[in-house]
Amino acid sequence: MPELSFFILLQREFTIASRCTQQFLLPVFFFCLVVLLFPLGLSPSPELIQTIAPGIIWVATLLAVLFSLDNLFLEDFEDGFIELLIFSPCSLPVLLAGKVSGLWLIIIAPLLAISALLSVFLGLPVESLSTLMISLLLGTPILMFVGAIAAALTTGTQQNSMLSTLLILPLYIPVLIFASSAVQNAATGLSASPQLYMLSALLVLTLTLAPVAISSALKIGLSQ
Amino acid sequence: MILVNWLNKIASPQRFYLFCGKWTPWLSLLFFILLSLGLYGGLVTAPADYQQGDAFRIIYVHVPAAWMSLFIYIVMATNAVVAIIWRIKVAEVSIICCAHIGAYFTFLALVTGSLWGKPMWGTWWTWDARLTSELVLLFLYLGIIALYNAYEDKRSASRAIAILTLVGVINIPIIHYSVVWWNTLHQGATVSKFDKPSIDTRMLIPLLEMGVAFSVYFFISLFQRARNEILQREFNSQWVKELVKEKSNA
Repeated sequence: MPELSFFILLQREFTIASRCTQQFLLPVFFFCLVVLLFPLGLSPSPELIQTIAPGIIWVATLLAVLFSLDNLFLEDFEDGFIELLIFSPCSLPVLLAGKVSGLWLIIIAPLLAISALLSVFLGLPVESLSTLMISLLLGTPILMFVGAIAAALTTGTQQNSMLSTLLILPLYIPVLIFASSAVQNAATGLSASPQLYMLSALLVLTLTLAPVAISSALKIGLSQ
Repeated sequence: MILVNWLNKIASPQRFYLFCGKWTPWLSLLFFILLSLGLYGGLVTAPADYQQGDAFRIIYVHVPAAWMSLFIYIVMATNAVVAIIWRIKVAEVSIICCAHIGAYFTFLALVTGSLWGKPMWGTWWTWDARLTSELVLLFLYLGIIALYNAYEDKRSASRAIAILTLVGVINIPIIHYSVVWWNTLHQGATVSKFDKPSIDTRMLIPLLEMGVAFSVYFFISLFQRARNEILQREFNSQWVKELVKEKSNA
């Protein structure tokens, strides 16, 4: 059933996650710690923290997503699962999109909850909370899919995490800019819709093109 | 049709190697003529800027270098498309050669820019949209080089960086405009206050000459690097062995 292949891979991610919960909670702890570091490193003054809060939350999100994508395909690559996917009759981009979406669904719920809590700690006004949630919902899939391209490209090589970080971070800049300025606008009572529209456009672009790039990158890694 | 035939011919590594060897001396000659014209025009005949004095003359290195940093990425992306679709070896070789040259030009543009910025704006660096996106471009180039070096097999490495280059080429306009927007939203005009004065013809012509000279230099450098890389990759093939024999006899 080729149409269902997307959901099968998605379900597989959930099964794996339920067997080792800790691995999928680590990025969220990491997120909290990064947010914690900013007030400690800067100053505890509420005004300063409040102005830079959207930036802090989004930089931390970005790092947490990077962290969770570390060695995304490595295990599947080593036990031959990716090879099976390539030889299966279903389209490889769809299968891989299923895998990445599954991972996103697992991570997004705790991330949303914890960032709502932390945004209150950082002094963001409650009115901006919905914008923060929407920006996270729109932005994190982009980060996941773009990051998966770099993870796929580095799968065939020996040096993994530092290298893929170098490849990914420049590509994350637009998401960081649009998302944090959306939250910033909402916090100061302005309209955040232009930024959110831009994020949605980026999301559509990423969802259509990234799976193709991920699958061809994985094939190169396999031919190594 | 003639063009297609010619392209088919030139796509063989051996022919490309000979083609590059044949054209390098002519291109070098052209480069030196253009460079001397541009430098003479820029450093001697162009009048001093009414506001910046003689310090503006760094424009003759800075602006062509910045042009090249983008132009090379476009050349690289074109090669990447060719490498992915037709798997032509010469295009695969060119991508990594372009990446190295592009990184140098981007670095040059950043360094000359900050040398120019210090006396004019009073700061080495400002978080201006153009500066920031140039810095991001440098990191894109460095990422491509790092990914290439991480692979052992050169052909897989070339195909991997071809994909990364294409991802980058889609992203560059997005990054650029998002950075422009970020800057105008947050910081107000710090740099656009120095609105570019409409440039004098005596200043403009040397600038264009330098621009062409830099692109000719890029092709010279690309040809040399490509020849080198082709020899390394094809060291097992018959024509390279014959070439080596010929050279060692001579």
